[in-house]
Amino acid sequence: MGIIDNSLQEKKMPDFKPGDRVRILTKFKEGEEIRKHRFEGIVIGRRGQGTGETFTVRKVTAGCGVEHIFPTLSPTIEKMEVLKKGKVKRAKLYYLRKQK
Amino acid sequence: MIGLIGKKIGMTRIFDESGETIPVTVVYAEPNIVIQKKNKENDGYEACVMGVGEKKRPNKVYSGIFKASGVKPTKIVQEFRELPQEWEKGNQITVKVFEKITNVDVTGYSKGRGFAGGMKRYGWKGGPAAHGSKFHRRPGSIGTSKIPGHILKGRNLPGRMGNCKITIRNLKVVKIDETKNLLFLRGAIPGATNSWVVVKCK
Repeated sequence: MGIIDNSLQEKKMPDFKPGDRVRILTKFKEGEEIRKHRFEGIVIGRRGQGTGETFTVRKVTAGCGVEHIFPTLSPTIEKMEVLKKGKVKRAKLYYLRKQK
Repeated sequence: MIGLIGKKIGMTRIFDESGETIPVTVVYAEPNIVIQKKNKENDGYEACVMGVGEKKRPNKVYSGIFKASGVKPTKIVQEFRELPQEWEKGNQITVKVFEKITNVDVTGYSKGRGFAGGMKRYGWKGGPAAHGSKFHRRPGSIGTSKIPGHILKGRNLPGRMGNCKITIRNLKVVKIDETKNLLFLRGAIPGATNSWVVVKCK
């Protein structure tokens, strides 16, 4: 099963880890037109494997935490860039939610 | 009608162009071999016997089936009705036959659950778990008293569950991998991983 999962991955994603600051450009269809959306924040965790892998990006907008879960291999992710490498000691940075 | 014998590999997901996730079951169908073609004169009906896999130590009776066709004894032997006439004895049939097919039916043996209670087997609600209740997962009353004086036949009761033949109809063929002999079908199919299934379409 793992071999098949790997063969389904046609997309190359940049190497990123929890703690990294990333910028993601997604495209989606709204009615007829295709719109693009940018999301910038810190990766607080990756979970799953193969085509089922997802990662969570967190940012704070106007004092309110916003989290977005992306499927890693989703074709809606048009572009992804790592702005800054993080230095963390945990795989899941859920403690960021409690920090003010 | 087209049919193949395959093996359930497992489930995963793939994405379509718009980013929607499609849950798929992967079926590995190595080239099936046509062992025998039954016809009206000899057998009384028309059918096509297909085989797949390698039988390691076939006994004499088992090998006899394959003698006439000159095919090596296969692990699985399955008879299909109304397969295409042009499939001849000894032919190898690959997943390519499903190339232009959109929907298929999959038959397999469901996972055995052993001796299961009524709640699991028939979806009964059961009783309250707490608050002094003494009625949790039991069947309860199974019939009336004097009239009719016996339990009606076909009454749902605990018993062996699963491990029976199940057909799931109209599964969408999402993708075909000819080099690896894989079929990607939308949704779940009966049976455990590595169990044999029959994929058919009209």
